Amino acid sequence: MAFKPVVLWTDALIYLLVAVVLLFVWHVRRNQHLLVPWRRVSHSASGMAALTVLMFFIIIGLLDTVHLRPAVGNANDGAREQAYSVEVLSLLDLIATPLRVRVEKTYSAPFAAHLYARETVEFPDGRQTREFPRLKFGGAHLQDPEAQLITDVALRAGAGGGLGLLVWSLLLILLGALVARRSGETFISALSAIRRGTTAIPWNAVAIVLLLILLLCGAALTLCGNYHILGTDKVGQDVFYQSLKSIRTGLVIGTLTTLMMLPFALLLGITAGYFRGWIDDVIQYLYTTLSSIPGVLLIAAAVLMMQVYIETRPELFDTIAARADLRLLFLCIILGVTSWTGLCRLLRGETLKLREMEYIQAAHAFGVSHWRIISRHILPNVMHIVLITTVMDFSGLVLAEAVLSYVGVGVDPSTISFGTMINAARMEMAREPVVWWALLAAFSFMFALVLSANLFADAVQNAFDPRVRTLSAKIGTLRRKKLRKAPEGKAVSAGIEDPFSS
Amino acid sequence: MLNYIVRRVLYAVPILIGVNLITFTLFFVVNTPDDMARMQLGIKRVTPEAINKWKQERGYDKPLMFNHAEDGLAKFTHTIFFEKSAAMFAFRFGPADDGRDIAHEIRTRMVPSLAIALPVFLLGLGVYIVFALTMVFFRATYVDFWGVVLCVALMSISSLFYIIGGQFLISKLWHLVPISGYGQGLDAGKFLILPVIIGVISGAGANTRWYRTIFLEEMGKDYVRTARAKGLPESFVLFGHVLRNAMIPILTGAVVVIPLLFLGSLITESFFGIPGLGSYTIDAINSQDFAVVRAMVFLGSLLYIVGLILTDISYTLVDPRVRLE
Repeated sequence: MAFKPVVLWTDALIYLLVAVVLLFVWHVRRNQHLLVPWRRVSHSASGMAALTVLMFFIIIGLLDTVHLRPAVGNANDGAREQAYSVEVLSLLDLIATPLRVRVEKTYSAPFAAHLYARETVEFPDGRQTREFPRLKFGGAHLQDPEAQLITDVALRAGAGGGLGLLVWSLLLILLGALVARRSGETFISALSAIRRGTTAIPWNAVAIVLLLILLLCGAALTLCGNYHILGTDKVGQDVFYQSLKSIRTGLVIGTLTTLMMLPFALLLGITAGYFRGWIDDVIQYLYTTLSSIPGVLLIAAAVLMMQVYIETRPELFDTIAARADLRLLFLCIILGVTSWTGLCRLLRGETLKLREMEYIQAAHAFGVSHWRIISRHILPNVMHIVLITTVMDFSGLVLAEAVLSYVGVGVDPSTISFGTMINAARMEMAREPVVWWALLAAFSFMFALVLSANLFADAVQNAFDPRVRTLSAKIGTLRRKKLRKAPEGKAVSAGIEDPFSS
Repeated sequence: MLNYIVRRVLYAVPILIGVNLITFTLFFVVNTPDDMARMQLGIKRVTPEAINKWKQERGYDKPLMFNHAEDGLAKFTHTIFFEKSAAMFAFRFGPADDGRDIAHEIRTRMVPSLAIALPVFLLGLGVYIVFALTMVFFRATYVDFWGVVLCVALMSISSLFYIIGGQFLISKLWHLVPISGYGQGLDAGKFLILPVIIGVISGAGANTRWYRTIFLEEMGKDYVRTARAKGLPESFVLFGHVLRNAMIPILTGAVVVIPLLFLGSLITESFFGIPGLGSYTIDAINSQDFAVVRAMVFLGSLLYIVGLILTDISYTLVDPRVRLE
């Protein structure tokens, strides 16, 4: 099939981000001292379980990032130029083509075979009745939905679950072989170590989460071809497809915003702390002013102005997707510009502390240039703050997108996101009977994404932030000690004999 | 002390001027008034006369910064910058698009906003501290562990879900309180219960967890060890010593937001149909009423700066070690 690759602005930035992450991983792997905190992250059960879920979301998001325009018509006429569809599709769209094109008339409940609203149906002999018409696609293969639906769904879900289980077993065998090779044990003892959770990396937590994901994926995969597993929305679009598409929007906002604000925060924060004097005053004035405007209001004002700019210049964008994409990028930039102040303040404080260190004084004495001191000595030593802020901000940004879209200053209405899904579905709670599935789907996907991001952020913070580390280590030793002594011991006694209090 | 406060207030002036310049740039330089008029009147088929009329009605038909047509001081005063931006320092916000005076609207809408925000703030502070203390009291047990898990889970739920879920469950299914609306005087009570409860719950996760960290940090201090060495019971150490000292960061963190309570909450107010400043802002954003948004941005920053000054003052009040010079 002929196609023309399309690289939207956010796509390009995501590719850049992936490249940066890969480079960073390569860099960390070569440096033992950088590897140590990451080892600590990999030893956290909740962190690794969360990472597994995140990986699943990231894969979907990346699939949705590769965009192209499929060819329309035939290009056999040689001289004539190949025409491409104006619709920009992603790899995910192509994979999920059945979900995308099977559009019903209006609402239908999850796993329904009938429409949600009554319609007047005319029989060939002229009689008219009002009934729930059959769906065009959902459960269309069934002769008698009332009798067959449950068994059919159960059979297909079982088959899908079985498929998921099979894939999981293969992965587990692979993992067992890997662990066995690493530790030099036999395959069986490696497997039992994974089961008991005695491996250094908590593979058992990863395996359980992976099993859940694969079971759900398998069942969804076999069912979504014949049913709308999360129902359809007002215009009959499949809600499951929308939920999958929303993932990319959430990821883009969560990651690109940080990418946008990093240059500002790093440059201004470090220069303010390093040079002090009037540079520090100016930068401090800048971020105090920006941060004194309440965030939502500043974002709202900026987005309103961006809307005016885009609306009055329609000639700049060739496709709807390009316009929606640019709006998404602008939203990231605006969020970034309004949120760099916090990180900037932290970096300034840390640089102020670092510049008084002896090794920096020594570098000064040797006549090392300012920029070299900053890049060689200060930058690597503030990177842990940058990393912690990045992962901590991610979940907040994903949640903020939904609120901003509700307020009317979020993504373009044609971009599928959690916010637009919630916005479209919230009025339907007033209907009788209630249309609940679109909201529930959006909220559960968002919950899974944000919860895993939060857990992973906690693991990263625990591993990198020395202050939190002493605190959690203290709690950890305390817990282990007490659990060994008396499983349901009184906290009071444990508190008194707490020997770690520095 | 007075000296310090005066200096702090003077220091706020350049920040407010900066905020004013930012809003001016955003609203008048990035997009000219012509662009705004075209946006409001429809992109296509808009005559220059219509644009001029729109600008004249709103007083946008003057030069931005410098008026060559006038004499003397009027060169500066008869400009958009002076009449629309600088006038905000005197709280002259001008009329909204519907013709009503923005300053008057702000005064009347402050009360309903405060009626929600203040109970949420006070109740929340109390509830979060009690929860955090409970978790710290039972630290390193399953109570603490599952408490943290619950906090992280609560943090991960969108605030929209709390509102929509709460409205659906309590108002629609159980018919306990009206879904939305607002009344005068005591009548407002039944409309306020649900938003206040939802406001407290939606902030519970993040705040409880944060307070717990503050308490735990305080538990590691030397005076706690001394108190235990004296043989004080753990409950007295916790409620007598740790609570009092931990209140310093908690209270000063809370003081910042007190002035901002006047602004109300954007989404809560619009979901519950409460005629406060939050829903006013949302309506302005949706109808693209730039004058109102501009006024709210300025007011918001002003209140935030007031909050910062109050924070510094409250430091001296609760912590005798801090001296302001």
